[in-house]
Formats: sequence, C-alpha cells, structure tokens
Amino acid sequence: MFSLRAIGRWFEDRTGLAGQLGPLLKHPVPPEATWLYVFGSATLTAFLVQIVTGAALAALYVPGTNEAYESLRFIDDGAPVGHLLRGMHFFGASAMVGLAVLHMIRVFLTGSFKFPREVSWLSGSFLLLFTLGMGFTGQLLRFDQNAIWTVVVGAEQAGRTPFIGTWMGRLLLGGPTLGSDTLSRFFSLHVFVLPGLLLALLGLHLHLVLRNGVSEPPRAGRPVDPTVYRGWYHRMLGERGVPFWPDAIWRDAVFGMLVVGVIVLLAWLVGAPELSRPADPTIVQAEPRPDWYFLFYFALLALMPHGLESYVIILGPLLLGAILLLVPLLAPAGERAVRRRPWAVGTVVAGVTIWGALTVSGVHADWSPHFDAKPLPASVVASSNGTVQQGAVLFHDRACIFCHRISGQGGRRGPDLSHIGALLTKDELVIRILNGGYNMPAYGAILAPGELDAIIAFLESRR
Amino acid sequence: MTRANEDCRCRHLAAAAGEAGGGAGGVGEPDPGPGSAAELDRRRFLSRLCVGLGGLVSLVVAAPVVTFVLAPVFRRPRHVWRAVGPVDKFSVGETVEISFRDADARSWAGPIGKSGAWLRRDGQDEFTAFALDCTHLGCPVRWEASAQLFMCPCHGGVYYADGKVAGGPPPHPLIRYQVRVKKGQVEIRTAPLPIM
Repeated sequence: MFSLRAIGRWFEDRTGLAGQLGPLLKHPVPPEATWLYVFGSATLTAFLVQIVTGAALAALYVPGTNEAYESLRFIDDGAPVGHLLRGMHFFGASAMVGLAVLHMIRVFLTGSFKFPREVSWLSGSFLLLFTLGMGFTGQLLRFDQNAIWTVVVGAEQAGRTPFIGTWMGRLLLGGPTLGSDTLSRFFSLHVFVLPGLLLALLGLHLHLVLRNGVSEPPRAGRPVDPTVYRGWYHRMLGERGVPFWPDAIWRDAVFGMLVVGVIVLLAWLVGAPELSRPADPTIVQAEPRPDWYFLFYFALLALMPHGLESYVIILGPLLLGAILLLVPLLAPAGERAVRRRPWAVGTVVAGVTIWGALTVSGVHADWSPHFDAKPLPASVVASSNGTVQQGAVLFHDRACIFCHRISGQGGRRGPDLSHIGALLTKDELVIRILNGGYNMPAYGAILAPGELDAIIAFLESRR
Repeated sequence: MTRANEDCRCRHLAAAAGEAGGGAGGVGEPDPGPGSAAELDRRRFLSRLCVGLGGLVSLVVAAPVVTFVLAPVFRRPRHVWRAVGPVDKFSVGETVEISFRDADARSWAGPIGKSGAWLRRDGQDEFTAFALDCTHLGCPVRWEASAQLFMCPCHGGVYYADGKVAGGPPPHPLIRYQVRVKKGQVEIRTAPLPIM
C-alpha cells in the first residue's frame, strides 16, 4: 500500500527539495527585525496577486485595437467576477507601487543598503523602475480615451531626447503614429517582457537576502565597517539569530494577508477605474490623467517653468535614477542609525512632501481650463445694468471663466476675479485683457468693438 | 573553503571522465591523467567553446528579434492626400474637426487608425489645417469657437486661431497639415504624429 508519507519520502528522495529549501527557510535572522521589515515581502505578495489576476484577465482580454475595449467592457459587466478581478489587478498595482516605495524608504532610513547589501539596493532600484513600467504599459491596455492620450504624452516626452527623440517616440509607439501596433507592443511589454525582467531581478534580489542576511536594526554608534562587518554579523546571528521560518515569517504572512485583504476589499467596494469612452484619436473630448502614482509627474509637467521643460523631462528621471544608483556606492559604510543621519531623514521628508504636494495639485489640475463651466447666474451677476450683464455673458462666452473664478464658479488657472474691481483700476484691467500675460492669451484681436467695455464694466462691478 | 571544495569536485569529475574514456575501448592516445597540462588545456578550450557557441547562438536569435522590435523606428512614414469633403461643406471663417485615415494604419486597426485635424476655411479655396496634438506633450487641443482659442485639457496650453502660442507651456505653434483643393474636394496630406 502507498501511504501519503511513502509518496512524500519517494518524492523527497528523488528531488531533495525539502532538504534544500528547509535550511533556506530556516536561515537565521536577527531577532529584532520586526514589523518594519514586512514591506518587501508584501510587495512580493502584491506582485503574486498581479501575476495571478493578470493571467486570469488575459484569458478574456483581446489585445487588438478593434476588440480591446469591448472585451474589457465584457470583463467588467458580463464575465462572472470579472469586475472584481479587474479591480484586484488595479489595486494590486497600486499596492505594489506603494509598498515598493515604502520598502525602499525603510531600507534607506535604516541604512540597510550599506555594505554588503549594495547590490540589493541596486537590483531594488531596477525592480521599482520595471514596476512603474508595468503601471505605465498597463494603463494603455485599458484602451479608452484616457489611455491612448497618456501614451501620446509618453511618446512626446521620449521625443524630447536630444538627436534621437523622434526615434525614441516611434519606438514607444511602434510606428510613426499611434496605431494598432502601439497596443500590441504594450501588451507584449506588459505581459512578457517586463514581468520576465521583474522575475529575473526578483530572483537576484531574494538570493541576496539569503547570501547577505537580513540587515539587523541599526543602533547609533555602531557604524558599518566593511572589514569586520561580516564576521561580526555571523557571530551575532550565531548567538542570537532566530530561524526565519517561523519566527520572522509569521509577520510577513500576517501583513501579506492584510494587504491581499485590502486589495480584495477595495476591488469589491470601489472597483477598477471606470472606462471612459472607447479609444478614438479623433475625439478631442478627453481629459487624459495618469494613474495616481504618476499624478505628481503630470503636475510637474504643468507647473515647472516653461523654458526648463526639455531639460527636466530628459535629465530629471536620468538624474533621479543616477542618484538612486549612487546611494549605496557613495555611502557603503558608516552610521546606519537614523538619529545619526539627518540628511537621510531630510531627503525622505523633502521627497515625500514634494511628491505629496505635486500629487495633490495633480488631483486638482488647476491649470486645466474648466471646459464645462456654466454661464454665471443672475444671482452672481447681481446687476440691472445692461452693459454689466452683457459683460457677464461675454465673460463666459469668451472663455474667461474657463480659467478665472468668480464667486466660486469657473476655473482656477488664473487669479480669482470675485473682487477684482476693488483691486485693479479700469486701465490696469484693459492692459491685462488686451495684452495677456505669462499664461493668459492676449484678447486684443479676439474681442469685437464694445465687448471690451462690457467685460470691463462687469469686472469693475466685482467688489 | 569553497575553493578547496571546487577543486576537489573537479578532480573527482576528471577522474570519472578518465574512467569513462578508458572504458570505451582504450584505443587512441593514452590517458593524459587528471590535472595534467593537456587536460587543463582541453578544459579551457571546452569552456571557451561553450561560451563562444552560446554567444553565437544568442546573436543568431537576437538579430532578428532586435530587428523586428526596432523596425518601426526606421519605418518611413507615408504621406498621402486624403479627401475630407467637398469644398462647399465648409463655410468661410469656420473651424471644424475633420478626420481621415492614417497612411500607415493597419487594416485591422479600427478607429485607432484615424487621425483628426482642425480645418478652417479661410477663403474661397483657402484652407488651414492644424494637428490636434498640443505641441507641449501631444494632448488633443479643443477649438473654442466663441473665444477663438485652441485649448489643451492636459497642462494648460492655449493657442490663438492662427496656431501661435497664447499661454501655457507649449514651446511651438500648432503643427499644420498641408491642405489643397482638388476637383472640388478638400484634401489633407497625412503626416505622422508630430513628435517635437
């Protein structure tokens, strides 16, 4: 009779898997490595969610420009639990990006990138790059209006590369213009190339954890000295180390479960982003916005001084990448404790603040005209003067209101004009309207005779 | 420690290889013996053979793959004249959106194989056509007729009716398409996505 145990023994005899993996799982780790050390494994968990949900979605999704949108609609509305799966894939992506960044911040603040773990940091930097690449390529696969324009924006940015810009843009688009090749290309990148690169790098990243060990939580006054660190580390593990399985991994399991739980819950309650209209490059009614983790960059592109742009678009990411890669090479030794590294804290605080501020302004996108601004109601105009009323109508018709707010209505690109009559004289108003400014069109050639007077009369009544 | 281990395994393997050679009949050169200079030469040659063959095979596979992936970069964009409607369809002074099929569109592309443009009739047979793409980063600009402005929904670019930049980050005026009138039809000359 074959018992399960006997089968297990046979399998182990022929493969030796348990004999090899057991010691790996039970490798000793510093006992103080606690809840701060769960973000890396949680990122991996989110990645596994992405692989599984992605494979499932690919079983229905059609990567062709004629069918992609319809097949997604069916996944959303027709396929059993399709909506949930797409939601999980979206929030899984968000979780992966967010957790990877948290992991990176933790590693940076605890100085874990220092000797002998420099390559862990380097491989992690590329893992983050490829993860963001997954986010960018995945956005086009939605293949709605929003999606195609974000890719055009991407191609135009690649196009700012000196000398070979046009080639770079066309490499991304897969041709001289946005077309069916673009979608196929992004599908290949999203489903084969980038996941392959991620898995390969992930193998290296995990191997390095085993080779160099989990970094012990730092203590002020105990700097890393490459000449003695390894010996000291192994002695410390010999004295106080605890087996990774199960003494440390239980926290990863608990936090990982929590992450998956939140992903499923959000997918169920909130769902993936609604698809906008089917992709059609001839429809101009589009408001292209990237997913939340790229909103900061969207904001940066709108807010930076216009002359700097070409430099920032190309040099910015390169410089950021170079700095990231240089971190462990420039500071491989020395203090790890956060209390002794004020610059590290400052960098993280500044980085997170800048990112947060740009993201918030990206959400509001005040620089975008309010195309759907309604005409001002009589209650706001509040005047029986015919010229003032005509000016209020023109204020809407000539698109002033797209960018200027009055009594809480209209855009925010330019100054709020609710009380402009009390702030500027008539002449000052005339000069500004006729000549425009840094971000304002000159209306001198646009306004018909008499219209300027009406608008001025209306603005002067705003006090 | 590791080095010693490796050496040890090598010697063991070499011994095994020697045995196998002997067992095969023993005809030919005498067994040079494990660790001899000839054996080391042979091993170095075999290592180089593996790396060389591997590299060659990789090149053979990579060449068509890289060519295939890079091909679009060197694909020369085609330009063709596309009719977008009879002249009388357009009234003088008005700016309307037209659409036409890309010259390079695949037969299976569907709606994505189209491009749009803003077309204005300036006179009897005079037309101006602007690309939809904002010269900043390519978002589609909208024509606001009552304000006589093109406005971009992305980063706040604004253009005058003649395509000149009126505000915001765009570095260049709107890109123009070539337009002509032929046999009563307005025709537009297709062009690739203007990558600045």
